[in-house]
Amino acid sequence: MDPQPIVVKGLRKSFGEQQVLKGIDLAVNKGEILAVLGKSGTGKSVLLRLLIGLEKADAGLICIRGHETTNLQMDQLNEMRLRVGFLFQEGALYDSLTIAENVAFPLRRHSKMADSERQEKVRTLLHSVGLDKDLEKMPADISGGMRKRVGLARALALDPEILLFDEPTAGLDPITAAEIGMLIQKQREERNVTSIVVTHDMHAAHHFSDRLVMLKEGNILLTGTFEDFQKSKDPFVAQFLSDAA
Amino acid sequence: MATSVSAPAPQVRPTVNPMDFVSSGIEWFGELGVFCVRVAKAMFTLPFEWSEFVHQLDATGSKSLPLIALAGSATGVVLSLQSRASLVRFGAKGMLPTMLVFSIVKEMGPIITGLVASGRIGAGIGAELGSMKVTEQIDAMEASAVNPYKYLAATRILACIVVLPLLTIAADACGILMGWIANTLTEPISLQYFINTGINGVSFSDFLPPTLKTAVFGMIIGTVSSFQGMRTRGGTEGVGRSATSSVVLSSLFIILADVILVRLILVFFPT
Repeated sequence: MDPQPIVVKGLRKSFGEQQVLKGIDLAVNKGEILAVLGKSGTGKSVLLRLLIGLEKADAGLICIRGHETTNLQMDQLNEMRLRVGFLFQEGALYDSLTIAENVAFPLRRHSKMADSERQEKVRTLLHSVGLDKDLEKMPADISGGMRKRVGLARALALDPEILLFDEPTAGLDPITAAEIGMLIQKQREERNVTSIVVTHDMHAAHHFSDRLVMLKEGNILLTGTFEDFQKSKDPFVAQFLSDAA
Repeated sequence: MATSVSAPAPQVRPTVNPMDFVSSGIEWFGELGVFCVRVAKAMFTLPFEWSEFVHQLDATGSKSLPLIALAGSATGVVLSLQSRASLVRFGAKGMLPTMLVFSIVKEMGPIITGLVASGRIGAGIGAELGSMKVTEQIDAMEASAVNPYKYLAATRILACIVVLPLLTIAADACGILMGWIANTLTEPISLQYFINTGINGVSFSDFLPPTLKTAVFGMIIGTVSSFQGMRTRGGTEGVGRSATSSVVLSSLFIILADVILVRLILVFFPT
C-alpha cells in the first residue's frame, strides 16, 4: 500500500518568543483535499511553508510521499519540491516575466522540453485554468483572480502529486472564489492530486474540501467533515461557522 | 462643573543601548558571511545561469552607461576648468593634458564610477530583490526548486564585477574628451595633441590597476545590494529601507575599499 502523501507528527515552530505551532499531528490521504482553517496568525501559512521546506521546524516530523523531509540536504529538498506545487496567497508571479514566461519558468528549469513543446504545455496549462488570452501581459496588468489562476498554472507545470494552497480565495469575489475552488477539485478528479488548502473561508472550504482541520493557538482544535464541525459544541467552532453563514 | 486638566505625562524616550548596536552589527556581518558562502557555492555549481547573467549585464551595464558617462564628463570639465588657472599661475599650462588624464585614469574615474554605480545599480538591485522578497517571489522560486542565491544573487554580483571596469573606461574616456573640450573653448588645441600629451605621462600600470580595482567595487555593490534586498522585511517600507541601505552601505564600503586598494596598488605597482 502506498504511504500517505503527507504525514506530520508533533510539529513545532516558534519565531523568537512566539510559539506558532505547538505540536501538530496531521495525515492526508492520497487524492484528499484537506482544508486548514483558523484565525489569522494561528500558523496556517507557517504549516505550508514548513511542508515545502521554506521554514525549518523546531521539532517534529514531516513525511512527504513516505520520505522524511525535516533534515534533508538542499538537493534532496529540491527533489521533493519538484513533486509539490505551491500556490502563494497573492500568486507570487515574477514581475519581470510575462504570464506565459511565468508558467514556463519551472519547465525551463526542470524539464528538457523543446521550445515548441514547452509553449504548447504552457498554453494547455493556462487553458486549464481558464486563461487563453493575454499570455504576453505582465503580472501587474492582470487582476488578483487572474494572478491566482496563473499561479495555479505555474504550480501545476511539473505535474505535482501534492498541491499546497495558501488562501486561494482570499480577496476574491464569490464567483471567482468558486471557480478557484472548482479548479482545486478538478486537479483531484483528473490527476488524483492530494491538496492542502489553507483558508479562513469556511464557506469555500465546505464546497471544495473532503475534510477540515481547525487550528487554534498553535494546536489542532478539531478535525473532521463539515458535518462534524456543525455538530461541534465548541464555541470557537460555532462562532467560525456562524460568521461564515 | 470644574474640570481638572492634568499635565501631560512626560514622554519616555527609548534608550539606545550601545551593546545592542554592536550586537546587531556583529549579527549583520555574520549573516553577510553566511550569504557570501551560499552565493559562492551557488556560483560554482553548474549549470551557469547565462541568460539571466546577460540580462543583468544589460540592466547594470548598458542602462547605467548614460549616467556614468555624464558623471565622467562633468568630472573632466570641472578638473580642466579648476586646474587650468592653477597651472597657468605656476607656468605649467602645458602639463594640463597629462594632469587631467592622470587624475581621471588614476583615481577620479574609478571612484566616481564606483559611487555613481552604487547609487544607480545598488538602489536598483536592493529595491528589486526587496520587492521580490516581500511579495513572496523569492519564496516561490525556492518552492520551484530554483536556488535564488544562484539565479538572483550570483548573476547580479558577477554582472557588477564585469560591468564596473567597463563603465570606468567609459567614464575615463568621457572625462578626457570633455576635459579637452573645456580646455579648447579657452585655448584651442587639437584632440590628437591633447591625448598624445596626456597619455605620454601615463604608463599602463597607472591605468590597469585602478581600472581593475573597480571590479572589487562591483563585487561590493552586487553583494551588499543583493544581501540587503534578500533580507528585506516589512512590506513596501522595508523595500525603501533596503534600497537606501544598499546605496549607503555600498558607498561606505567602496570608500573604505578604495583606501585599502590604493595602498595595495602603491605597494605592488610603485610609481
